[in-house]
Amino acid sequence: MRLLEMMRKKNSGSVAKDRLKLLLVSDRANCSPETMDMIKNDIIVVISKYMDINKEEMDISIMQTSTKEGNTVPALFANIPIKEIKNKL
Amino acid sequence: MAEVIVITSGKGGVGKTTTSANLGTGLAMLDKKVIIIDTDIGLRNLDVVMGLENRIVYNLVDIIEGNCRIRQAFIKDKKYPNLFLLPSAQTRDKTSVKPEQMKKLIETLRDDFDYILLDCPAGIEQGFQNAIAGADRAIIVTTPEVSSVRDADRIIGLLDANEIHKQHLIINKIRMDMVKKGDMMSIEDVLEILACELIGIVPDDEHIVISTNQGELVVGSSAPAGCAYMNISRRICGEDVPFMELSGKNHIWNRLSKIFMK
Repeated sequence: MRLLEMMRKKNSGSVAKDRLKLLLVSDRANCSPETMDMIKNDIIVVISKYMDINKEEMDISIMQTSTKEGNTVPALFANIPIKEIKNKL
Repeated sequence: MAEVIVITSGKGGVGKTTTSANLGTGLAMLDKKVIIIDTDIGLRNLDVVMGLENRIVYNLVDIIEGNCRIRQAFIKDKKYPNLFLLPSAQTRDKTSVKPEQMKKLIETLRDDFDYILLDCPAGIEQGFQNAIAGADRAIIVTTPEVSSVRDADRIIGLLDANEIHKQHLIINKIRMDMVKKGDMMSIEDVLEILACELIGIVPDDEHIVISTNQGELVVGSSAPAGCAYMNISRRICGEDVPFMELSGKNHIWNRLSKIFMK
């Protein structure tokens, strides 16, 4: 597997494809890494009111998703591991 | 009633003008009445690619400004009497024409042709807005390079925003020998990235340079690019033409390695 990984790294075509994929995610969403960090921090604040979450493991990203009409649109995906749900007073 | 097609790309140098000229001529060879409009004001090139540069009297801006009647600016092709060129102005700038004026001009031409092709300038400024203003559908030209595909993606977004939903992609200047070696993005790679239906693949072909040097067009010839452009012309007319077989010898290896890399 590692050998194949190394072979893939040599191929400039797949390097180009990977670079493009990353580029287009930010192009399409028009979001800078700074903005993404701000969104992430805001989500932490909101969710933390209700649950104890694992901030280190948390990950947000913009990916592609299909709408009901079959169009592909960017979507914000948040993966937030929960440590414990707080009991309400 | 003509179908109005804009040929666009975002990035310069990917082959918009060559594509416009070859598709226009290809459609004319299929007995369609065609006009190709060069909308790149200030950087006129389509006339040279078509070998008609010596015949220009009036241009697009002259029509808009009322210096001539519409028909006076048309240039009839050397070979095909049902093919016309409307040249752009060389000494003016993009602000000489407004999108509404382009739209109006195209509407007056609609009844006289089967196809109106608009050769769009590079960029996304006013020249682009002018070119897409009257278009029913778009053909996006890209090459298998990062910068070109990125710009094509941006163009697709802008076409969507402008309600031009009938979009097709041409992948131009592809070199299958490099794709085989893994040193160029493949057709599948580009299609995976761009949400756009493919209408043609044009191989990188020295015949393009040779024919352009002479003011001739490669379409209709037996050169690989000539066949590719003819196939695309047929597809534009709605014919179901299978894609050219450009794939490599190490097909099975490619497929196997893809499985392993997943």
